[in-house]
Amino acid sequence: MDRTIGTLIKIAVPIVIGVVVILILNSITSASCLNDFEGCLVDGGMDTDLAGLIAISLGVVLVATFPLLVTILLIWIERKFAARIQDRIGPNRVGPIGLVQPLADVVKLLGKEDITPAGADKWLYNASPVMMVMSVLLIWAVMPLTPYHYGIDLEIGILYFIAVASIGTLAVIMAGWSSNNKYALLGAFRVVAQLISYEVPLALALLVPVMLAGSMSMVGIVEAQAGMWFLFSAPIAAFLFFISSQAETGRAPFDLLEAESELVAGYNIEYSGMKFAMFFAGEFMHVFTNGVLMAVIFTGGWYGPFAREAPLLAFTYLMLKSGFWYLLSLLMRNALPRVRIDQLMTFNWKFLVPLSIANLLMTAFLLKLVQEGGLAPSPEEASDFIANIPQTVVLFLGNVALAAFVMTLIRNQGREERLAEDAGEPSDLTVTPAPAGD
Amino acid sequence: MNVLSEWAFIGVFFVLAPVLPALPIAIGGILSPRKPNAIKQATYECGVETVGDTWVQFKVQYYIYGLVFLIFDVEMVFLFPWALAYGQLDFFAFGAGLLFIFLLTDALIYTWRKDALEWA
Repeated sequence: MDRTIGTLIKIAVPIVIGVVVILILNSITSASCLNDFEGCLVDGGMDTDLAGLIAISLGVVLVATFPLLVTILLIWIERKFAARIQDRIGPNRVGPIGLVQPLADVVKLLGKEDITPAGADKWLYNASPVMMVMSVLLIWAVMPLTPYHYGIDLEIGILYFIAVASIGTLAVIMAGWSSNNKYALLGAFRVVAQLISYEVPLALALLVPVMLAGSMSMVGIVEAQAGMWFLFSAPIAAFLFFISSQAETGRAPFDLLEAESELVAGYNIEYSGMKFAMFFAGEFMHVFTNGVLMAVIFTGGWYGPFAREAPLLAFTYLMLKSGFWYLLSLLMRNALPRVRIDQLMTFNWKFLVPLSIANLLMTAFLLKLVQEGGLAPSPEEASDFIANIPQTVVLFLGNVALAAFVMTLIRNQGREERLAEDAGEPSDLTVTPAPAGD
Repeated sequence: MNVLSEWAFIGVFFVLAPVLPALPIAIGGILSPRKPNAIKQATYECGVETVGDTWVQFKVQYYIYGLVFLIFDVEMVFLFPWALAYGQLDFFAFGAGLLFIFLLTDALIYTWRKDALEWA
């Protein structure tokens, strides 16, 4: 009995403390000067344009620093997670349970000599690590963190995301080309082929939530999910987006850019010290950003009970949802083996791209039927859960039917290939051994 | 907030975003030792000296992928407005969008049939 009460207290006390902290922080963040910084400056007698510029700059610094700070924690989570999967302990020496390890790594990297290879193109060589991080940072400008806190609510948020995310591809080709190293160049070619290929299903998958929400702004997409998450009305689009964004980060099972056994390290082979670290900071941040994007576009962003009343609670919901997707991609990274480059391209162009087109057509067709048939929720009841059910059920069933159809196709294809293999024909999937004496 | 000040935010972001990653690199440049020599700066290639120029013409395969990607990327630019206005589309506009997607599917099938999507 005593033990039960003790356990209850152990669970209840952190919850109570958490709620109190959230309430206190909430009242602080709703103080007038923090909410309307610009107006505060103007009231203090500052020029309107200057006050606007200062407010914007402060906002930019806040929005851009947040993902960088999170990255420091992410490195620890990532290493700990990988260690647990591989039955190791992971970082545990620096600070409590190794929490300060990333900072120690930064200090170490700061002291490393920065080597520029003799034949390098200096401008491109130095610019590319910066661009790598920049491409991910810029995405955060349109990320809705809470109902009231976001960088900016662009009306073309999704298009902006696709545009700035492709700066990363530029950074990679710049790094590989300017290093004047054959491994780096080979790695960069492969990565660019991979990144541009996976951008196609990524963008095609994003058309579906845009269609459902009737809006391209991130805030609009989150608000369109008040009644129902898009994960339920567009599961195939969510799947496509998740897979191709994982490929865009260039991590296992799609980590051909740094295939250690073939290319030594890929496009960043000639980099050292802080510049090398920046490539990895960019990568870690990209994975987490993809988690947040999954949360925002497909699982309702900051929506949750009492999210509108307490922005901090809304932020917690967003972080929990993105944490789920982030851990899922970590699991994918650690549990799956690397694919071969031809398998990678085949998977994209012969599976993901046709599937995303079919998904787009199917959703367009069904959504039109739903809208014409009067099953779609009217604008007034769009945030009502019950009113969204008919439309979601129709779209979900369409998705299931498409998935079943595609799986049957793949199964038949696999069976044919197995039969062909049994008959002695080498198939696409078998590895022919290299001739001896090579 | 008007459109111009929305884009002012993006403008300031574009100016400040490179500064954040460039800062640690600059600090590293100040703190780290700097003792370059010819061997250290040589192009890394598993212990042997590199032969020939790196910046040569490369496989045409990448170019073909680039072309196919370009077609699809341009297609996306046209499809986003269509998807955005989806709720208000009449039957004709809806059909035009579908026709557009079908034409591109046709292009994909053509490239597929021509074996341009095989990694060789």
